Amino acid sequence: MNQVYDISHLLAGVMLVTSFALLYQQRIAAVLNAFAAQSITLALAVAWAAWSENRPDLFITALIAFSLKGVVIPVALHRTVARLGIHREVEKVVGVGAALMVGLALTALAQALVVKIAQGPASQAREELALALAIILMGFLMMIVRRNAVTQIVGFMSMENGLILAATGARGMPLVVEISVAFSVLIALFVFAVFVFRIRERFDTIDIEALDRMRGDRR
Amino acid sequence: MIHAYQVVVAAPYVAALVLLAIPGYRIGAIANVAASGVTFAAGLWLVFGERSVGDYAIVDEFNIVFITINTLVGFTTALFSASYIGHEIETGRLTPASLRFYHAMFQAMMGSMNLALVANNIGLMWVGLELATLITVVMVGLYRTPQAIEAAWKYFILASVGISLAFFGTILIYLAGQPTLGEGVPAMTWSLLQAAAARMDPAILDLAFIFLLIGYGTKVGLAPLHAWLPDAHAEGPTPISAVLSGLLLNVALYALLRFKMIVAGQPAALDPGPIMIVMGLVSLIFAAFMLYQRRDIKRLFAYSSIEHMGLMVFAFGMGGPLANFAGLLHMAMHSLTKSGIFFGVGHIAQAKGSQRIADIKGLSVTHPRLAVAFALAVFAISGLPPFGVFTSEFLILTTTFAREPWLALLPAFGLLVGFGALLMRLQDTIFGEPVGPAHRVDASSVPMVLHLLLVLAAGIYLPPALVAWFRRAAELLG
Repeated sequence: MNQVYDISHLLAGVMLVTSFALLYQQRIAAVLNAFAAQSITLALAVAWAAWSENRPDLFITALIAFSLKGVVIPVALHRTVARLGIHREVEKVVGVGAALMVGLALTALAQALVVKIAQGPASQAREELALALAIILMGFLMMIVRRNAVTQIVGFMSMENGLILAATGARGMPLVVEISVAFSVLIALFVFAVFVFRIRERFDTIDIEALDRMRGDRR
Repeated sequence: MIHAYQVVVAAPYVAALVLLAIPGYRIGAIANVAASGVTFAAGLWLVFGERSVGDYAIVDEFNIVFITINTLVGFTTALFSASYIGHEIETGRLTPASLRFYHAMFQAMMGSMNLALVANNIGLMWVGLELATLITVVMVGLYRTPQAIEAAWKYFILASVGISLAFFGTILIYLAGQPTLGEGVPAMTWSLLQAAAARMDPAILDLAFIFLLIGYGTKVGLAPLHAWLPDAHAEGPTPISAVLSGLLLNVALYALLRFKMIVAGQPAALDPGPIMIVMGLVSLIFAAFMLYQRRDIKRLFAYSSIEHMGLMVFAFGMGGPLANFAGLLHMAMHSLTKSGIFFGVGHIAQAKGSQRIADIKGLSVTHPRLAVAFALAVFAISGLPPFGVFTSEFLILTTTFAREPWLALLPAFGLLVGFGALLMRLQDTIFGEPVGPAHRVDASSVPMVLHLLLVLAAGIYLPPALVAWFRRAAELLG
């Protein structure tokens, strides 16, 4: 039984490490790779929970996490970024060192908050919950310190990875599958929305006229 | 056997699919009104129908109040929108294609809000509220101007913060309920959770409520999490501003109150009251001062919404049958008045071709009837008698005064500050030399007048049946 927890904690821990990687990566392409790694780790963690707890419905969640967020969205974003020629763009809203320090503080905060849950069956989910909360908070941090639509979206999706990890950690929580499906569809929608509507305002390095032609501007 | 609550949720979703298939925007607008009418009829049916508690849906006195207001304002907004939105095509701000999308999304949003309101499952409630929020994000960006996209983006970022925190709180509530209720659906069923609250771990409940308060509080527009609200109101289409202020904020508040009812059932957990009182007061007073610096008329009333939501959260934080009654009444009155005001703002924006306050001068000269109606609506929202908002604000202040005399000074101060700002701005718009263009207004004034009459009627005479109904709902709140 201990091994089951060890492995799920290991996977959750790896996800947290990728969260830190997301914070300090400077190039957009590297951010996307770190995000893909995190999503694939999430898929493994969910699949592990599905197998060890005998909850086959979770395999669907794992599959969605792997295919959509581990492969499709990162590849699509890679392509868009390459097409727009912004893959070398370096953002310096907050220094890497400061961001990492805040990230560490948030991780400690997550531990301090969740450790209060002392007794009962919930205590088993405690460590995973603490790691998940840390990932969620780091996602926020990323959305705050990054000033670019792509990295903000990645921050949001990484936050959502944390949420799915938390929901998986809560044993027997229904609607996990449904919620992860709904979430993934919405994310796909927003990733799309970003590139249709938003791009012109955020990336002023881009040829605006070309984008206008692309969306058949009305005015 | 079809239940009314099923119609309330399903009708808008079906209508959304149908509307996506209707190419002509005029027919779409009429179909939108018809669908909203059906939903409203189902909402009324619910009022007189039986109360029921199921695995996934709940119908009690408390949520019927919200559903009735939701379906009513949804219906009147659809009416307003049908007469208003054609103008946006003429001025080239919208295309027929985006209008088809708009109508479908309007129905989907109404359906999602109703889903959140009837859900007895805290996961389902979350899904409904989040769907409604994300749809409004898309609607806010509908005009695709840089400002609209900026507003939609800000809204999306802050809403996603709310989404995540509220969901984490929901997971924690599930974990709290799991030991007593067992794994699976029962530990997410609101009615069972509330009944079992006394046996839950208070430490988890504390943590859960903090997350839920911040998460859903972002959607209620509580300061300091309100930053999305003024932008979203100002840049979206006016009917959406009306629905945002009048309905979506309420639904978020409703979710928060449902969780307050769970946490209140465990005496060892933290008392939600004082936290809500503080957050409510901060929002109320902050927003009241912010009203003075507004240059955009929709932003002005968006801040006024923050002010009133703050007052409601304050009232519910006070708790007890009387304060809850006053809070519910204020919620109803604010919804009707504020959506009415946004209808009026829509008229003004069409008449003047601008929503900057500086461009809207001398309305009494160019559009006398609109000026009178708008002035009355602003009187109503600023809490002047004989309108219903006065009644509910008066009730909130007097019940507070009876229990905590010193505490009553703070909301009274905030309301006075807000009152001054609104009257100042009203004077700017109504009087003075007319500037700029003065177009004819095509939009129908029926919805606005209807809302005003309802608020006026409630201010003059509250039928005993209505009072009894709201009182029963207030008792459920504890």
